[in-house]
Amino acid sequence: MNQTPLHEPGLFEVFGTVLKRELTLAFRHRGELINPLMFFVIVITLFPLGIGPELNTLQRISPGIIWVAALLATLLSLDTVFRSDFEDGSLEQMVLSPQPLPLIVVAKLAAHWMLTGLPLILLAPLLGYMLAMPPEALLPLMATLALGTPVLTLVGAIGVALTVGLNRGSALLSLLVLPLYIPLLIFAAGAVDTAASGMSITGHLLILGALLVFTLTLAPLAIAAALRISTT
Amino acid sequence: MLEVHGLSCERGERLLFENLSFSVRAGELLRIAGVNGSGKTTLLRLLCGLAPPDEGEIHWDGQRIRTTSEAWRRNTSYIGHNLGVKLELTPLENLRFARAIGGATSTEPLEALLDRVGLYGFEYDPCRTLSQGQRRRVALARLMFSNTRLWVLDEPFVALDAAGIDFLAGLLAHQTGRGGMVILTTHQDTPLKNKIVKQLHLDAVAP
Amino acid sequence: MWKFIHRFASPKYFYNISGKILPPLGWVTLLLFVVGLIGALFISPPDYQQGESVRIIYIHVPAAMLSMSCYVAMAVAAAIGLIWRIKLADIVAWAIAPIGMTMTIIALITGSVWGKPMWGTYWVWDARLTSELILLFLYLGFIALQTAIEDTRSAARASAILALVGLVNIPIIKYSVNWWNTLHQPATISKMGKPSIDASMLWPLLVMIAAYVCYIGWLTLKRSRCELVYRERNTSWVKKMIEENP
Repeated sequence: MNQTPLHEPGLFEVFGTVLKRELTLAFRHRGELINPLMFFVIVITLFPLGIGPELNTLQRISPGIIWVAALLATLLSLDTVFRSDFEDGSLEQMVLSPQPLPLIVVAKLAAHWMLTGLPLILLAPLLGYMLAMPPEALLPLMATLALGTPVLTLVGAIGVALTVGLNRGSALLSLLVLPLYIPLLIFAAGAVDTAASGMSITGHLLILGALLVFTLTLAPLAIAAALRISTT
Repeated sequence: MLEVHGLSCERGERLLFENLSFSVRAGELLRIAGVNGSGKTTLLRLLCGLAPPDEGEIHWDGQRIRTTSEAWRRNTSYIGHNLGVKLELTPLENLRFARAIGGATSTEPLEALLDRVGLYGFEYDPCRTLSQGQRRRVALARLMFSNTRLWVLDEPFVALDAAGIDFLAGLLAHQTGRGGMVILTTHQDTPLKNKIVKQLHLDAVAP
Repeated sequence: MWKFIHRFASPKYFYNISGKILPPLGWVTLLLFVVGLIGALFISPPDYQQGESVRIIYIHVPAAMLSMSCYVAMAVAAAIGLIWRIKLADIVAWAIAPIGMTMTIIALITGSVWGKPMWGTYWVWDARLTSELILLFLYLGFIALQTAIEDTRSAARASAILALVGLVNIPIIKYSVNWWNTLHQPATISKMGKPSIDASMLWPLLVMIAAYVCYIGWLTLKRSRCELVYRERNTSWVKKMIEENP
């Protein structure tokens, strides 16, 4: 083609460029950024409205409410994470890329987490307070979300990758992914509960950390395999 | 060299083609022809490794492409019906991304590349504002900085104007001229400039 | 060895062999069920604590055990189909799925019926019932995904990935549900474990388990054969077979 020398992108360069591209794309749709967050807040608001504003009751169930809301909000926001690329052919290019597809996937999901998981973590203590969560549980709540929201993103992405080629994937996506969220929900909400009664949650956090490492290692492989199948 | 042995593919209930065998050597261009629905796009997708065939093998330099996946992807460029061009991004941003997920690519500045492909002045406009032909030129620019030996192109001349068609024909000739290979489908009687043009008519081998 | 496996995976060979196995297997299944049910309902003694209602464990326990084993078998078959591209393995996975799901439903229903005399209610969120419920969701997801994807091949590959992800998650789910249950268990609910098994109760249980296994095997083979003929309907050996047996 021409005499200019060739350059092979290193793995960090691949990760960084994909991350930057995702963030750029998200900010071109700036208005949509707030949707997952609004969903999170509204779902949490529904509970006092449905159950009654009695602070004792709310306090008892607040860890569960916040975690279920976080889980649903993440899943909802993940629904379109691969769709646009699928429709315009960019996903095919990624699948055909000589660079490791799991790496590209992790970069995409890291950007997604920065835009949905991170705001959830920051907003959660406020919502916990509104649900009468004891103050000693608020920081643990953030800690469980910090360890857990990446897992939500990664596991949810497996389901999204499997259904990206389908037209009406949304309800099916919930059926596929929500059972897989259950262990995380149990451990995380359990941790916040334990913290609320004043006890140490080091063990819980270690389990959540292990879950994160396990998911971070294996999920990208499953997501890549699923994407290859969906772009067949 | 690409060799195909006994390729069969079924889509839905229909058997598209059966027991297809052919080869493409360095410096050759293979044009796949057939009526609508004869399986041209499916065949192209099999050839670049997107879909596994129901039966048969594809060999690249003597080895099955399934076993040498990464090396295979490093040597192939594909432009399908969907161009892989993001409408919200500018041509520059699109190319920057394409270069990052490519293999060893040329370090020619992207602005110069876009100039050569005819998009001078449009580098910073979101692709949404470009015409279909211009978007195709962005996709073609990817071919220009890649160093791949095989190009698999699904109707690459669509939406291009006369200058664009001429440009692409020149590009294809250059690719085969330097020892690369091209496999494409194209409806029109396009003026190809390559020295060796082989044809494969899918209707002729239809089951 | 590879040759044997390849021969076995050949659709025509499988069809012929399974055709020969099915009738005797069917009779064995029937026999085992008869023996097992007689043993379960009449011969084995009623429980000291639970009385006659304990007899439901002869239906519940095999169903619960096999609901789990079926999932594993389904995931393994799907994985084989995915990795080695053997169509028969895909078909077997497809065939087992609704069977496993039915086992899960049976386990849930019999489990809650069993629990009613003890708990006073048909449903409690105890560890085992909850795990069975989650297993049911995993089966539903697998079947739903296969149904939603039109292309048979892609459907098989995608659901194989789902089955493997589910398989990996099952130990994690079981562990977490057990832990969750110990956290929140009020003292009044007694442990619904298997009663310490006496020999007179053990043999009907084992016979019933064997009966279930044979039945599932028989049903899987039958379903696989039917689906195989359907999917291969355009091949020469199927066409020939249809001609010869109008």
